[in-house]
Amino acid sequence: MQTLTAVMGHMVGSLINLTGPGRYIHWGFIQISVANLVVIGLMAVVFAAAILIPFRRHGSRD
Amino acid sequence: MTTNTETPTDTATALPEDADQLTAKLRRAAVAALPPERLLPDRQPAYVASWIYVFGVLTLSALAVVILTGVVLAIFGPSWWHSSTVGLFVNSLHLWSVEVFFFTMVVHLWGKFFMAAWRGRRRATWITGVVSFIVSVGAAFTGYLSQQNFDSQWISTQAKDGINSTGAGAIFNVTNFGQMLMWHIVLLPLIVALLVGGHVLLVRLRGVVPPFAPTDHTAKATEADQASPQEIMVKGDLS
Repeated sequence: MQTLTAVMGHMVGSLINLTGPGRYIHWGFIQISVANLVVIGLMAVVFAAAILIPFRRHGSRD
Repeated sequence: MTTNTETPTDTATALPEDADQLTAKLRRAAVAALPPERLLPDRQPAYVASWIYVFGVLTLSALAVVILTGVVLAIFGPSWWHSSTVGLFVNSLHLWSVEVFFFTMVVHLWGKFFMAAWRGRRRATWITGVVSFIVSVGAAFTGYLSQQNFDSQWISTQAKDGINSTGAGAIFNVTNFGQMLMWHIVLLPLIVALLVGGHVLLVRLRGVVPPFAPTDHTAKATEADQASPQEIMVKGDLS
């Protein structure tokens, strides 16, 4: 488990540098971390995909 | 040898005087409002065949994992979830299931907001969902305060001034670990579970909100909005 955790940590760490203070965006009185902004953006993408992607229906009796 | 052919319901009110019992009245009211086929339906209206309708049940699934992992963490305690590999794993599952819970709940909320899901006598369904969201934020916040690490110390000392400025600090002390832990593992989960349970029962009672009819550009409730799930299934796709 420790080895797996270490490997996963290195893999994620090689993609995104998580060492150091977080990055923030300042816009007037609005201040938000880049991480939170990315999550909000992902939610918007998933929301749009949920509406646009057709839902496959199996064994419909309608 | 005789055979009892009575159904349980018949047996329960076999004596006329028993029909006035509070329990019998409550059972009749519950069965009338939510008969088994409506409580656990095996079919849904045609318009539910969309990915946007999946996010409610995804939120419920994430909540189940949150509660399950929370129970495991409560059994073994902080020294276990901080020091052992399995403890760290369960702790991470607890955190990430909360992330999934909020992610899917927000998408569910957006979907229901743009559908005006309070239409057709569904105000209580909408309100219980909104209040569940707000209470869940409190449950997550007290969870961050209950980690017993530097992160929780940082969050509590940053939050105390904000909480105190509202006056709530008089009874809600974010630097009081014991109080925050009790709120996180007893009070708030209980409220969230009751609200979510009520929310799901209301969805069963009022049915899943139908989409707007293509020609309906007003907020006025249509026949489809008011229809029960059973009526919609009989009529078919109302869109």
